[in-house]
Amino acid sequence: MIPDFPRMTGTPFTPADFDAVRVNRTAAERRAASLTARRSVKKEWQAAWLLRAVTCIDLTTLAGDDTPGRVARLCAKARAPLRPDLLDALGLEPMTVGAVCVYPTMVPHAVRALEGSGVPVASVATGFPAGLTPLPLRLEEIRYAVGEGAAEIDIVITREHVLTGRWSALYDEIAAMRAVCGAAHMKAILATGDLKTLSNVYRASMVAMQAGADFIKTSTGKENVNATLPVSLTMLRALRDFQARTGQKVGFKPAGGLKTAKDALAWLILMKEELGTRHMMPDLFRIGASSLLGDIERQIEHHVTGRYSAANRHALA
Amino acid sequence: MPHIRDIMQTMDYGPAPEDSSEVLHWLDGHSGGIGHFIDGTFLAPSGPLADVYSPADARVIARLGHAGAAEVDAAVEAARAAQAGWAALSGHDRARYLYAIARHVQKRERFLAVLETMDNGKTIRETRDIDVPLVARHFYHHAGWAELLEDSFPGHVPHGVCGQVIPWNFPLLMLAWKVAPALAAGNTVVLKPADLTPLAAQAFAEICVEIGLPPGVLNIVQGDGATGALVTGHPGVDKVAFTGSTEVGRTIRRQTAGSGKALTLELGGKSPFIVCEDADLDAAVEGVVDAVWFNQGEVCCAGSRILVQEGVAEEFFDRLRARMATLRVGDPLDKTMDVGAVVSAGQLARISELLAHGQAEGAVLHSAGGDLPADGYFCSPGFFTGTGPGDTVNREEIFGPVATTMTFRTPDEAVQLANDTRYGLAATVWSQDIDRAIGIAAGVKSGVVWINATNLFDAGAPFGGMRESGFGREGGRAGMAAYLVPPSSGPGQPRPAPAPAPVAAPFGGAQDGPGIDATAKLYVGGRQVRADSGQSFTVTDANGTAIGQAALGNRKDIRNAVEAASKATGWGGVTAHNRAQVLYFLAENLAQRRAGFEALLARNCTPDLAVAEVDAAIRRCFWYAAQADKRAGVVQATAARHVTLSLNEPWGVVGVVCPDEAPLLALLSLVLPALAMGNRVVAVPSQSQPLVAALLYQVLETSDIPAGVLNLVTGPRAALARTLAEHDEVACLWYCGSADDAARIEAWSAGNLKPTWTDGGRLRDWADPAQGQGNAFLDRATQVKTVWIPYGD
Repeated sequence: MIPDFPRMTGTPFTPADFDAVRVNRTAAERRAASLTARRSVKKEWQAAWLLRAVTCIDLTTLAGDDTPGRVARLCAKARAPLRPDLLDALGLEPMTVGAVCVYPTMVPHAVRALEGSGVPVASVATGFPAGLTPLPLRLEEIRYAVGEGAAEIDIVITREHVLTGRWSALYDEIAAMRAVCGAAHMKAILATGDLKTLSNVYRASMVAMQAGADFIKTSTGKENVNATLPVSLTMLRALRDFQARTGQKVGFKPAGGLKTAKDALAWLILMKEELGTRHMMPDLFRIGASSLLGDIERQIEHHVTGRYSAANRHALA
Repeated sequence: MPHIRDIMQTMDYGPAPEDSSEVLHWLDGHSGGIGHFIDGTFLAPSGPLADVYSPADARVIARLGHAGAAEVDAAVEAARAAQAGWAALSGHDRARYLYAIARHVQKRERFLAVLETMDNGKTIRETRDIDVPLVARHFYHHAGWAELLEDSFPGHVPHGVCGQVIPWNFPLLMLAWKVAPALAAGNTVVLKPADLTPLAAQAFAEICVEIGLPPGVLNIVQGDGATGALVTGHPGVDKVAFTGSTEVGRTIRRQTAGSGKALTLELGGKSPFIVCEDADLDAAVEGVVDAVWFNQGEVCCAGSRILVQEGVAEEFFDRLRARMATLRVGDPLDKTMDVGAVVSAGQLARISELLAHGQAEGAVLHSAGGDLPADGYFCSPGFFTGTGPGDTVNREEIFGPVATTMTFRTPDEAVQLANDTRYGLAATVWSQDIDRAIGIAAGVKSGVVWINATNLFDAGAPFGGMRESGFGREGGRAGMAAYLVPPSSGPGQPRPAPAPAPVAAPFGGAQDGPGIDATAKLYVGGRQVRADSGQSFTVTDANGTAIGQAALGNRKDIRNAVEAASKATGWGGVTAHNRAQVLYFLAENLAQRRAGFEALLARNCTPDLAVAEVDAAIRRCFWYAAQADKRAGVVQATAARHVTLSLNEPWGVVGVVCPDEAPLLALLSLVLPALAMGNRVVAVPSQSQPLVAALLYQVLETSDIPAGVLNLVTGPRAALARTLAEHDEVACLWYCGSADDAARIEAWSAGNLKPTWTDGGRLRDWADPAQGQGNAFLDRATQVKTVWIPYGD
């Protein structure tokens, strides 16, 4: 998808935009809980929303045992996430997922496997998942991934800077990463499960956007707590505040823990209610997931046939 | 139907209707009309039937019979006949019934939610997720109270037959709040639902039949206000509980005056919603959604007066406008709707009229806009800016989805503005600063305070108002207490007819021999003052011998005393330990001057009794000094990660009108609990033995009681009591006098709806600690403020 807005540039470091912010956890949890109870999508609308979710998935494998073969299989699924007969039944053209997300050394394999598909390759970088390698090495890792053809870079932040309140250090680090990314879009993973408080989440989100992150992303998938609705709500509110101040558009990517079609709908509802329909498209919304797609496929088949489906009727990712 | 390809671009929600076929089938079964439920039997309605509308589409969905005197009589008779047997059951046996009701509500949750939505117009999201679960929770909680009644309320007995009248905004939930505690306590019930929303009660009665509730324990009479008046005015009703408007509450207060009926009132509100500059503004915006855009704003405790700190006001209003634009208003049975239909065409007209009035007064109405359904009674959510404290929309309940806003500069000013209302039902405070938030919570005059949350309810958390929002609590221990008679208030003999009011005419009878003339004055604001009338009256002893002159107080003296008391605000703020010290010191000084008191008292009784009365008075000082620091309140188990406090707060200015007998002991028995709990008191001492006041104020002066905390005005009891009853600054009034006087006092108190305690005009034995002191006094000396404090970062 070609963005209809200029790429965000970030702003100078502006602590006044987040210093005083305090997020009330209980209220955020209440909003998150009632949000999904206040909205519901059924029938055609549900199918359409789930298909929209498919186009937003960053189909991901980030495991120590990844191999070129494994990545190739994932990429095949990314090219054709849904069975053609289901698409035919729904009267839809073929579609793809949003991107494939892999470790840097898997980037060349993924690029090769996705050639001609239009599906970008996203690479994690900067010492993923802990981010505790020296900064020059982390920057070099970005250069490597971009050089191998990654169009999107998912960086991790230094949690220490958040936990000790060194916001300018955090800003400088992320800004340096953005500079190295060049044309590749940068997603800043905040590892919110490590940041603990929602006020930290808000502040880290704001610093990442000021430093030029194209997307802010919840989790590596490796923390004890991954994407949750209250955390996502907090990040979206920071995002909305940033957009209102600067006019720059920023994307959002929840990752880790979104496993069911119901989860996908919940996050889409959250996007629509807090940011609006425009932020439900893959240039501004991604879902980092691996098993989610399988559940959506079965739901779509149920929509088409009226019968409950089984996993073995859909191609393995 | 749009193609999936198109929906993938628009990302619309599409329709998500809840299935109403079960309810439609049920309505078909009741097409002959909704009647009454009396003595376990459903009675077909008689007489002309009134249409019941579905607010969402203005269609008639049922027809309702209105109960007249014959039906109400039959219902009260059935309740009376069933009451002894119901109360005789063990608490456990009653608990089994309440438990069965709770379970059946859960088993019928979908049906009840849909029925309530169709009857009231509120969204299915709310009936499904809020109303019905709270109803089940209420019956579970009160099954617990029934089980524990003998342990938790030893010696208490039920009132008997309860007449209960409930409103249309939460038909099933208000039924639960009324019926559950009444039945748990062993009362039987005659309930009158609102004529706009009669269906939930009918369905509930069917559940009661299903679980085998004994006939007559719950009776339901349908109808409008006229039927309600028959219930509340029925001589066979022992306790009246009403939820509804303040105006009707006032009428019921006057109607029940002198009847001896116990009374609790849950009335209107104009509750402040305070947003401080250090609040999580997005959270506070969601708070507004849950406050005034909840239930179409038809919520007595809705945070409908938004007070925002000036520095963040514009930003807050911007965020509020943005949020308002995402609200979905429409068919309440659609699961994606935030706001449904208001209850009736009449209510919609009333809201519209007030909105127009607000705009005419110069306020700006910000409205969500968008298309509203063509049929049905829909009102666009919104809020006013540019309102002043005196504007109609800031004084009157709109009872629709529109809030007013004002700004404040400091937390002090927020409290001032918050309290600038006749009402005192609920308040909401948004601040991330714990000192500030709890400071404001302590300062607002309201029965419920939510910090960083709003409209939280739980069966265990007492709910109810201060000021003209009514009195009495529902939920928790305080709510149960409202359906029980404490053991100490057993019946005494009726008080004799009052003595003639004192007059200032010269006295021609026998006099004590010449001594140095003593001057008995009034005691107001910590000073001995002459009566405004400039006159005194002759006080005689039991033999008719004149023993002195007492100041003849009048309404202006009461006015001055109340003024002094209202200014003595420090008393409620000092530590309970300080108050205890003062009361102990009072006892000490009383003991030192006991000879004078004994001599004076002995003019009207035997010397032994006089000694005993002073002894008892000193002991009573000790007892209430001991209590002063032991009744601050309790923590309730409600939601996870919430501290919910029930604080026992003083009323403020309490009026105390003493009986003729036991002039020292009765006066102290009444005044001490009020003082111990932090109230300031204006007391009218014994009319026929007022000289004890003059001795007492000398003790007060030496006992460190701050000026204005206790004021003594002697004189004609009935006239002074009337001034107290009608005084809007007096928050609570205790009156010991004849039944006739008590009736008048209760009627006069309707002005500001101050709770009164008249004892039904019966005598107490003040010397008996079981009657003359105890928890019943302390309970009446305070009102519960429930404070919800969520926590966790």
